[in-house]
Amino acid sequence: MSEIDASRAALPSLVSIRDLKFGYGGRKIFDGVDVEIKRGQVTTIMGPSGTGKTTLLRLIGGQIKPQSGEVVVDGRHVPKLSRQGLYDLRRRIGLLFQTGALFTGLSVYDNVAFPLREHTRLPEKLIRNIVLMKLEAVGLRGARDLMPAELSGGMARRVALARTIVLDPMMIMYDEPFTGQDPITVGVIMKLIRQLNDTLGLTSIVISHDVQEASSISDYLYVLSGGKVVGEGAPDAMKTNESPWVRQFMQGAPDGPVPFHYPADPIDDDLFGMVTA
Amino acid sequence: MTMLRNLGHWWLGIMARMGRSLIFLVQILFGMHELLLRHPREVVMQLYSVGVLSLLIILVSGLNVGMVLGLQMYNTLVDFGAEAALGPVVALSLVRELGPVVAGLLFAGRAGSALTAEIGLMKATEQLAGMEMMAVDPIRRVVAPRLLAGIISMPLLAAIFSAVGIWGAYFVGVGLLGVDEGAFWSQMQAQIDWRDDVLNGVIKSIVFGVVVTWIAVYEGFDSVPTTEGVSRATTRTVVAASLSVLALDFLLTAMMFNK
Ligand SMILES: Nc1ncnc2c1ncn2[C@@H]1O[C@H](COP(=O)(O)OP(=O)(O)O)[C@@H](O)[C@H]1O
Ligand SMILES: [Mg+2]
Repeated sequence: MSEIDASRAALPSLVSIRDLKFGYGGRKIFDGVDVEIKRGQVTTIMGPSGTGKTTLLRLIGGQIKPQSGEVVVDGRHVPKLSRQGLYDLRRRIGLLFQTGALFTGLSVYDNVAFPLREHTRLPEKLIRNIVLMKLEAVGLRGARDLMPAELSGGMARRVALARTIVLDPMMIMYDEPFTGQDPITVGVIMKLIRQLNDTLGLTSIVISHDVQEASSISDYLYVLSGGKVVGEGAPDAMKTNESPWVRQFMQGAPDGPVPFHYPADPIDDDLFGMVTA
Repeated sequence: MTMLRNLGHWWLGIMARMGRSLIFLVQILFGMHELLLRHPREVVMQLYSVGVLSLLIILVSGLNVGMVLGLQMYNTLVDFGAEAALGPVVALSLVRELGPVVAGLLFAGRAGSALTAEIGLMKATEQLAGMEMMAVDPIRRVVAPRLLAGIISMPLLAAIFSAVGIWGAYFVGVGLLGVDEGAFWSQMQAQIDWRDDVLNGVIKSIVFGVVVTWIAVYEGFDSVPTTEGVSRATTRTVVAASLSVLALDFLLTAMMFNK
């Protein structure tokens, strides 16, 4: 075990996933996954589309239960929690959905105020102060009266982020926050993730395809593929990682252990089979 | 043999759906008291979008049905010299049958489809999952106020339908065709029984309100969260809710007016 590994092992984990197995119906998604999310860090989980990155976040949030293995968040076994226990835990975890998932019927202000109104009995004046502060933190205090339909994709995600931090969670999970955003927005979101994590003392999990972005803001990376963790390490170590899986992903090679082609019969059979048969 | 198996499969599917929707209803009802205590405003807002927004189509249809009814009945009654009975005949048809049934069908098309589409889209855009991750139960927060609003709105809409319909018949019968005004109203009052006719009509409309709204919210909540899934769920709501109204109407009529 290297020095870095030893010092990492000494850090306390907020989320521990051990030997996780999960599938939808008969289809296997995870086949023995181990992931440790350390307190105070930004951890990025990468992997091709459809490997189950979103599914992993849903397992951590307790929206689905694993077939076997452990999911421990802040010392609690998520699959064993009662409904009330799960709701208590979720109050302290923010999940930023890929789409933002803003309530389309509510204004920006009411969206951000929603968790406060549901979970606290604060007077409206105090709610207003908190909401405006959180909107200020994402740079959208001036957009409070807009409706979600009037926001750009990047703004919608920032509003969703303000809503996520309004109850002061201990952890935020971001599902592909950069996907489909212009470079400026990507920069803004990157800065926000790191800044919020460090100033509010949070723990962050980021799902991403973007190797460059992910490397520059994370303390630790995981690469998932084919239901397993195929590589993990600090961003610098990952760049020099020998594993062909990790190399393909870090360099963005179209073909490699993750094949370019969806499984099919040999092309000769497919194209000329009718003729020769 | 295969046909038999498919038939069994289809039947089991329907039974499973009905079971799930029943559990769903029980879940909604369990959270109801909390909803009324914590979110009375939400119920009022839903009353607006479910009830008030259905008002226009109810008014226009009620008036139209009443006028046609007045004209048709007059033409029949006048042959027997019984046009003074126009008032009670029209009122009975509306209060007992047409008010609850036609209002129920319109309600399924106008409010039911909108409810299914709204809840289905909230599901497809992850708003419901988002709510759950914020530790807020979407059944209590989204579904329950809509169901309650539907149950409250439907009897009121049916009553308005009947009232406007009677007014339409009055307009045609008394205003245009010269039926005696005094006879129109006094015969109506004399012939219509409060309990037998009005109350039974109200019971029907309450039952239709529960069933139509229940189907609508269940289909939305259970929809496949894609564009196609939501559109299919919306269609299913209108078809299932309309057929349920007609079937239940027959059942209720047989139970209520069986002398
Ligand atoms: N509710 C579901 N039912 C069945 N299959 C699902 C469901 N959700 C996701 N899947 C499948 O599981 C796989 C992993 O999905 P997901 O976690 O969304 O992948 P990722 O976020 O990595 O792109 C995908 O192939 C997807 O089709
Ligand atoms: Mg995903």
